[in-house]
Amino acid sequence: MIPIEHVIGLSAILFTVGTLGALTRRNLIVILMSIELMLNAVNLAFVGFARAWGDLGGQIMVLMVITVAAAEVAVGLGIVIAMFRNRDSVNIEDVSLLKW
Amino acid sequence: MSVDVALFYLFAAMATASAVAMVVNVRNTVAAAMSLVICMVSLAGIYVVLEAHLIAVVQIMVYAGAIVVLFIFVVMLLNLRQDSFPPGRMRGLKFLGSLAGLWFLARFLATQAEYLPQTVALEEGFGGYRHLGMALFTDYLLAFEATSLLLLAAIVGAVILAKRRLDT
Repeated sequence: MIPIEHVIGLSAILFTVGTLGALTRRNLIVILMSIELMLNAVNLAFVGFARAWGDLGGQIMVLMVITVAAAEVAVGLGIVIAMFRNRDSVNIEDVSLLKW
Repeated sequence: MSVDVALFYLFAAMATASAVAMVVNVRNTVAAAMSLVICMVSLAGIYVVLEAHLIAVVQIMVYAGAIVVLFIFVVMLLNLRQDSFPPGRMRGLKFLGSLAGLWFLARFLATQAEYLPQTVALEEGFGGYRHLGMALFTDYLLAFEATSLLLLAAIVGAVILAKRRLDT
């Protein structure tokens, strides 16, 4: 029997690593990958709680999150390609027009 | 320690190590994507241990099979094997901020530990395609149909964003 605390702890660690990647990396593709990592950490917490409660709602939610992640990647990589076409770069420092 | 608990800690170590490898790999984007694949497969193993069999299959098919392939496709399309970015500003501050976030999560978990659910015994077939399909197409039908709309919007959006000119 796996303790639920350890599942949530692993989820928190993966989420922190994903946050760190999304904040510190300059490469837009790696930032998208880090966001995927954060979504996976949330999925892990959902599955852990679904196992603990014996309720399938958490697993259904994971299916929805996977769908949203797929849609997000499709649109995000479309933005990357459009940006590369205009700026010839995937460095986020080159697209800071909307930054304060 | 039984086999599934040992497998959980093995996969947890693999997932953490590959996630860290993905984030700290600043030279090769394709290698970072490969680390992401290892992380996804390890998480699928954890899902199997946690009795989410269908989710584990979907995880491997969608994440390791489709999403990461899409990433690698774009990396190779843009010819980004080596990236040479200058280090970002305020790196140490962001690192400390992430560690503070982890510390906050750990403290929160420690204070809430007594309210976490006790693990219950499961009925036969929990997390299999039959139970999950029944729940998905009865109780959660509206959410399921809404995701189909979301995927349609994503397809149209991706095509329009990646298109060279809109009027042609």
